[in-house]
Amino acid sequence: MKKDEVPQHNAKAFMGRSKALYALGEDGGYQIVPSKGWEAEEIVLDQAIDEFKRLAADAHAKAKAGLASPLEYHMYARRMDLVLLADVSGFWRWQVRRHLRPGAFAALSRPKQERYAEALGLSVETLNATPEEA
Amino acid sequence: MSDVVIPFDHRQTAHCESGVVSRLLSHAGLPISEPMAFGVGTGLGYAYLPFVKFGGLPLYAFRMPPKAVLKGVQKRLGVRFKFETFSDADEGMRALDRHLDEGRVVGLQTNVFWLPYFPPDMRFHFNAHNLLVHGRQGDQYLVSDPVMDIPTSISAADLKKARSAKGTLAPKSLLYYPVHVPKKEDVDWGRAIRDALRFTTGMMLYTPFPLVGVWGIRTAARALRKLPLGDQRRVKLHIGHMVRMQEEIGTGGGGFRFIFAGFLQEAAALLAKPSLSDGAEKITTAGDHWRQFGLAAAKMCKDRQPLDLDFLADQMLEIADLEKAAYRGLRKQV
Repeated sequence: MKKDEVPQHNAKAFMGRSKALYALGEDGGYQIVPSKGWEAEEIVLDQAIDEFKRLAADAHAKAKAGLASPLEYHMYARRMDLVLLADVSGFWRWQVRRHLRPGAFAALSRPKQERYAEALGLSVETLNATPEEA
Repeated sequence: MSDVVIPFDHRQTAHCESGVVSRLLSHAGLPISEPMAFGVGTGLGYAYLPFVKFGGLPLYAFRMPPKAVLKGVQKRLGVRFKFETFSDADEGMRALDRHLDEGRVVGLQTNVFWLPYFPPDMRFHFNAHNLLVHGRQGDQYLVSDPVMDIPTSISAADLKKARSAKGTLAPKSLLYYPVHVPKKEDVDWGRAIRDALRFTTGMMLYTPFPLVGVWGIRTAARALRKLPLGDQRRVKLHIGHMVRMQEEIGTGGGGFRFIFAGFLQEAAALLAKPSLSDGAEKITTAGDHWRQFGLAAAKMCKDRQPLDLDFLADQMLEIADLEKAAYRGLRKQV
């Protein structure tokens, strides 16, 4: 990649920041060239963010309908999935899967809810509530 | 606690680990560029690990595992780092304070999701992000994060959270700093570079395991061809994920290939071995092909180009051939 080929696509996600890429300067030597974003990268980043948003919105609707515990919504809102949440909270996957059900989650002891709260960086109160908007 | 400000020359680099190594050592009196740290630290690699899942998708790594560069630089340049981990997050913060009070700039391992100075859309759960702390003002720690274009800061509570994140590659409040740094003229650069190149080319060409190196690229291509096309959304997520692993924060473009080519150029000049520049050109071509692969895959995600897995897999096979020729050529030089 040559210096003048370094994309400067003003990616929204960068919020004015830039990232460093290596590209060939006029002398044929590599140098750092700041980039304002690349279309390809923006597409796949949006895709990943949208996927979490979609999962969170689904979980939100389920929680509102009483079909899922608020844990599922908060898990996706914090950009985690079941495997990662199990890994971070120290629960087994089958336990997390169970706790995504409203009854099982509500029945959890305070210390166990605190483990989830800590993993997700939320207070126990926030964790037990489903916000109005997803 | 009193404030501490250790003057530090912030510079943006492409990759967090090689950036931290380059900046820490330069600060300690051994000026070394990021590409040189990355190359001598044998950062380059390839691995396709279908059993390591991120959101249900496999790991496509374009570099060696975290801490490889730190350890590689230690081994080949005679630098010694001290690594300290803490099971108690508060103890980890107290240790950080002690080092700052003693005037030491330290490297920290953190989880990106808990770093508020990152733009929100760039924050994902990745446990092996490296940054430097060079001071404390009130509740704020002064941060030189090598992938950021500007110096920044973070509150004590946020930093503690980011350092004590749990899960795969958990940082365990790791902090590190150099305790022995040789003078530039005392380093045997020729031996270090040759040794690193032997390691990297050998790993890419001869690892007897189908998921690593050039063989790994081929295996990933084959697996890509076989993705079930029934669920198009899932396939698009998969190829999008491949592009993210290749380009997102810190690869310097083309899955670290351009940084590595930069290292080869520098090595060619340092050792007066112009033949290494030829390797740099070949690796640059491979990097350009990775970028084209990324652009095509991204366009397919957006339906701007028809979804064609065979096309993408063929591109990967072409890259595997390009890289193989490049590493073979390099291996003859060392």
